[in-house]
Amino acid sequence: MSAEHEQHSLFLPLVFVGGLIFGFGLGFSHMAQPEVVLNFLQLSDLGLLFVMLGAAVVTGIVFFGVKQFCGRAPLTGAVYGRRLKTLDRNVVGGGGIFGVGWGLSGICPGAAYASLGVGNIFVLYGIAGMFVGAYVQGFWRSARADSRAPATAAD
Amino acid sequence: MTAIGLVVAVLAELFPNGISHYAIGGLLVGVGTAVIYLGTGIPVGASTFLESTLSYGSSLSRFQQYRPSRDWRVVFTLGIVAGAAIYAATFQSGLVGSSLHQPATAGEFREIGGFTIWLTDVQPWRLFVGGILIGIGTRLGKGCTSGHGVCGVGSASSASFVGVATFLLIAIGVAQLVQALGVSP
Repeated sequence: MSAEHEQHSLFLPLVFVGGLIFGFGLGFSHMAQPEVVLNFLQLSDLGLLFVMLGAAVVTGIVFFGVKQFCGRAPLTGAVYGRRLKTLDRNVVGGGGIFGVGWGLSGICPGAAYASLGVGNIFVLYGIAGMFVGAYVQGFWRSARADSRAPATAAD
Repeated sequence: MTAIGLVVAVLAELFPNGISHYAIGGLLVGVGTAVIYLGTGIPVGASTFLESTLSYGSSLSRFQQYRPSRDWRVVFTLGIVAGAAIYAATFQSGLVGSSLHQPATAGEFREIGGFTIWLTDVQPWRLFVGGILIGIGTRLGKGCTSGHGVCGVGSASSASFVGVATFLLIAIGVAQLVQALGVSP
């Protein structure tokens, strides 16, 4: 994912169109409404399961099908790969912290951007909070990485 | 009561607002993700935008790794906002309707020149404090409901299955607790 990829004239328009469909879907499924997400988490309306299932079925078919029939992505030349992250303590710890925030507020990043799109200006409190949180963890992890660097060099 | 009647009654209980708009919306979320993936090979997630955008204004080493992708992530996010706004201008404003679409039953509607906006009743402090935890958690945990939940699960990634199970179970517990404490909405 280097910056050169963005030089293809259709790269940014395609990303925008993909985002457009993604955001419309979030609006249509009411995921832009924190109340609906909270209803799911309080187990009074399990419809959200169908949102996640519907989305994962499409990506599952496309992600696996593409590897069989296609070579490289036309706009970037990138080899099609799965989205795989290393499973470690951070996945569980971070997932737990995210879970507390999600359960408290009923918002998550993509749905919060979509919520702004349906006119919910109050969600700006949530988006501002997300940037604060992302900055806090970035500050902490940068400080940790920087303090570790000289020690490694001395070794 | 017949067996079919029992199944229908249980489903009506678990899905009081039906399932069509949830399933159709979810399929569209998947299609949006797939369009970007087919063209670029990138499995998108929505939470990296937070850190990549911070790299415009902060020189912290943690954010610099996202410099190459920060421009298209802004475009992706603007696309999400615009797509939801198209939904608001059509279905939410009543310009277009369908038996497969369910109008909102919570929150507050306000009409501004034929365009109906929707506002949440969830209290600002919940959004803000929740947002902070989401910002920390999604970035530490390597993804959110779209990165892990849609692309990761679609990739059959074990880290994503663990991530989704963790945040889903914790969120259900917290939402139940908050409700039990009488915080509403």
